Amino acid sequence: MLLRALLLCLLPLAAAAETMRMAVTTSFENSGLSEVLLPAIAAETDLDVELVVVGTGQALRLGEAGDVDAVLVHARTAEEAFVAAGHAPHRREIMYNDFVLVGPADDPAGLAEATSATEALARIAAAEVPFVSRGDDSGTHKAELALWEATGLPPEGEWYRPVGAGMGAALNTAVGMGAYVLSDRASWLAFGNTEGMALLFQGDPALFNQYAYLPVDPGKNDDIAGDAAARLEDWLVSERAQSLIDGYRVSGEQLFTFNATR
Amino acid sequence: MGDLLAGLGEALRLIVTLDAELIEITLRSLRVTLTALVIACVIGLPLGGWLAVRRFRLRRAVIATLNALIGLPPVVVGLVVYLLLSRSGPFGVLNLLFTPTAMIIAQVVIITPLVASIAHQAMRDLWSEYHDLLISMNATRGQRILTLLVDGRRALLTAALAGFGRAIGEVGAIMIVGGNIDGATRVLTTAIALETGRGQFALAVGLGLILIGLALVVSWASHWVLRTERQGTW
Repeated sequence: MLLRALLLCLLPLAAAAETMRMAVTTSFENSGLSEVLLPAIAAETDLDVELVVVGTGQALRLGEAGDVDAVLVHARTAEEAFVAAGHAPHRREIMYNDFVLVGPADDPAGLAEATSATEALARIAAAEVPFVSRGDDSGTHKAELALWEATGLPPEGEWYRPVGAGMGAALNTAVGMGAYVLSDRASWLAFGNTEGMALLFQGDPALFNQYAYLPVDPGKNDDIAGDAAARLEDWLVSERAQSLIDGYRVSGEQLFTFNATR
Repeated sequence: MGDLLAGLGEALRLIVTLDAELIEITLRSLRVTLTALVIACVIGLPLGGWLAVRRFRLRRAVIATLNALIGLPPVVVGLVVYLLLSRSGPFGVLNLLFTPTAMIIAQVVIITPLVASIAHQAMRDLWSEYHDLLISMNATRGQRILTLLVDGRRALLTAALAGFGRAIGEVGAIMIVGGNIDGATRVLTTAIALETGRGQFALAVGLGLILIGLALVVSWASHWVLRTERQGTW
């Protein structure tokens, strides 16, 4: 058993499957959906997809440098700029989930009574309760900043704390300081360290979070697996992917909704 | 406190059940770090010896620089190695990014100054003892360095273990150049960072305990092999 593991580790894997690399956001990986999709992709398309898990900002940089074959992220404006700059031939919407506002269970800012996402944020700003921002140029961070802009309130002051970290680290920080935080639903549901925290606001269409697939321009260098990226895209918009994505549940809740157009 | 105890339980569970993924990432951690350590020793030990026996004008500046490089922030090393190995960088054609080889390169850069610096300090003291003897025997510079390396091997073990310790626990650089890819470049430290991010503290602590255990085993084993700290063989 040990010897076998050792051999597996030391010898280069003689895999028949084609390998490709995809940069994905932390929220996608933390949700656990990748563990459902990757084995199915390997079985049905013979593609061994290696995930490089980073924030949206870094994922797009990896694509720009041609270090990955495809990117799966959630920041529409940045994605469109990426396509416009010629780094990807097109952008394909795959699925969405949504953002939720999480905070201390006793809800000092009264988010539970808010009727919209902007009102919820305005309540946090008025009460000056600590708010943890990702502050890392990720898709979630960009979404949060867009929401603040919609409130017309500048997110500034002692209570506003950009941590410059991934979703999980930001959630850990928020738990530690009893702060509010904007999280994607998937990361929140899959998160283990939820002591004293509760989901306090959800459901506003403004919190819609679209994921899109961008195959990296194969012309960047000879090593980009353009064919593999195209095959993966075909699979991601297939009925099989739809049933897996829509059927994925954490704690009985559906996390992602498939909305690709075929 | 609860998480720490749960972490201990988790560590035991992973070890007792010989968790396949645990074995895989542990072996990969060892393979990457030991390879980096061997390379760092091949460069660093002779360099330390050379700095001890050779007198030249910039010697003090070189040694001061070497000591400063011990503090190189791993994340900066990772970023620079990433930029060099990126397909759009100068060594992109080698296609090494997101492979264990890239992680080894980053770790070599991080630990070589440490190994060289500790080796130099140990051999400098030894050299002041051996100086007259070796000079009177008309030993060549290579022979002098070799003598210091052989007779100072126990102090050099400390240098190697310090390098091992820094490399095995390193996460900033290998996260960037390795990518923490499941089944390809995931090692103990990047797995710990991942589980912490997922809020799975018990698993993260469990993996951390295994990492510490691994460092202990390597240290004990190397001391045993070199028969240090035994009566009569100070």
